[in-house]
Amino acid sequence: MLIDYAPVLVLLAVVAAFASGGVIVSELLGRTRPAIAKGSAYECGTSGIGNARLRLSIHFYLVAVLFIIFDVETLLLVPWAASAKSFAEAGVGGIVFAQVAAFLFVLGLGLVYEWRKGGMTWDR
Amino acid sequence: MMDDILPAELPLFAVWVIKAVVIFGSLISAAGITTLAERKVSAWIQYRIGPNRVGPFGLLQPLADGVKFIFKEELVPDGANRLMFRLAPMITAAPAMMCIAVIPFAGEVVIGNYNLGNLSITDLSVSVLYVGALTGLGIYGIILGGWSSNSKFSLMGAMRASAQMVSYELTLLLAILSVVLLAGSLDLRAIAESQASSAEGGIGVWNMFLQPVAFVLFIIAMFAETNRHPFDFAECEPELVGGFHTEYSSMKFALFFLGEYCAIIVMCCLVTTFFLGGYDVPFWDSAPWFIQLASFVAKAACFIFLFLWVRWTLPRFRYDQLMGLGWKVMLPLALVNVTVTGAVVSFGWSPLITPVLAVAALIPGVILFARSNPGEASLTGHALSEEGSAS
Repeated sequence: MLIDYAPVLVLLAVVAAFASGGVIVSELLGRTRPAIAKGSAYECGTSGIGNARLRLSIHFYLVAVLFIIFDVETLLLVPWAASAKSFAEAGVGGIVFAQVAAFLFVLGLGLVYEWRKGGMTWDR
Repeated sequence: MMDDILPAELPLFAVWVIKAVVIFGSLISAAGITTLAERKVSAWIQYRIGPNRVGPFGLLQPLADGVKFIFKEELVPDGANRLMFRLAPMITAAPAMMCIAVIPFAGEVVIGNYNLGNLSITDLSVSVLYVGALTGLGIYGIILGGWSSNSKFSLMGAMRASAQMVSYELTLLLAILSVVLLAGSLDLRAIAESQASSAEGGIGVWNMFLQPVAFVLFIIAMFAETNRHPFDFAECEPELVGGFHTEYSSMKFALFFLGEYCAIIVMCCLVTTFFLGGYDVPFWDSAPWFIQLASFVAKAACFIFLFLWVRWTLPRFRYDQLMGLGWKVMLPLALVNVTVTGAVVSFGWSPLITPVLAVAALIPGVILFARSNPGEASLTGHALSEEGSAS
């Protein structure tokens, strides 16, 4: 029912008002006394060295890619999970589970492959 | 009499606004109380007194903190992307607060002559997907805040937080899926009610007992998902100062802070709904709504206390341990658990054998894991002694 989503919009309005209201009020009421030292990024008291746009470990990107693969596969399981009970009641639980098990097997193979390749080991 | 004149049904829009404002207000108040509880519990554990100056027992401390945050000076670092720097706290706080919309706190609420419907802002047929989507959105605010601050500590903290949150989100979703399998619905209220003894075809056992593996996985994943101890690498003080909110001050910092506590409260509500029967009162099926609400709040409060307790008791993990635990232990365990639960549901066996089967399926896996990775013992906390002997 689409009308069920309307209260979500009401809540969104309340949350947005609270969040933006808080920031705006504090920017209006908070006192400002700018100083050069206050504007510099925190680096343990010394003046900053180099650019803050660091080069990061490639592992972060690898984790992101792996996440997308596994998240999509998890989402593919959601419709089955929600209807597995009705499948069982309709008497086709076994055949549907066999198909899902094949999918899960491939997913498991992917996990093993990733593990063997060292994609999940952080410190190498 | 007033009651004779007023209608029993309020206009739909009025009900929405009342529920949204009351539940959101309760969430913010609960977040404030949790910050106070955090300080009181830490004081109790460390044999201190904690805040006791503002109001009786320091009860007004969160209010005083809030007022202080509003009047504090705003600092925006020189190289910062100003628009993103302002938006990031809101983008972090909003999804955590929005999650509260689908949580079923109690059954039908009747006050006087008014029937306000079920006590939740709304009941979606796809609540689980809604919650999953919003927990995913929280990462955007953190990475935007870290990147836009133009500070090295912020960026490193943000990268760590995002990698950790995405890794544990998989386990979180898979643990929820096992519960969805048992309930046969994506609606949080249906999942809660399927655990009550009055449920049609239900056996009246909480999922905590039917899904012990998913329960434990969910609890560990929710700690990582909210960036809390022992997984708070996004802001671990000895390494990264404040992490992604190093450069933030005043109300913008407060929004990050509130967002974190709201996320904790939402997670506690979710674990209550999924595994502890939600607002189910044991052995009392027709409990009035306020008893149901009290039952729900009591269950959730236990988990909030667990969050505080763990923070002041356990040491922090190492980052590679965190990633190893997430990908090598929790994800395979969650997959095995979903498979076993799926088999039980699909073949129409009694859900009571799920825990037995799940544990039986885990034993060969654990043995294989221990054999193939002797060095992985460091995951369980032998890291220090191993490092000591190596150096």
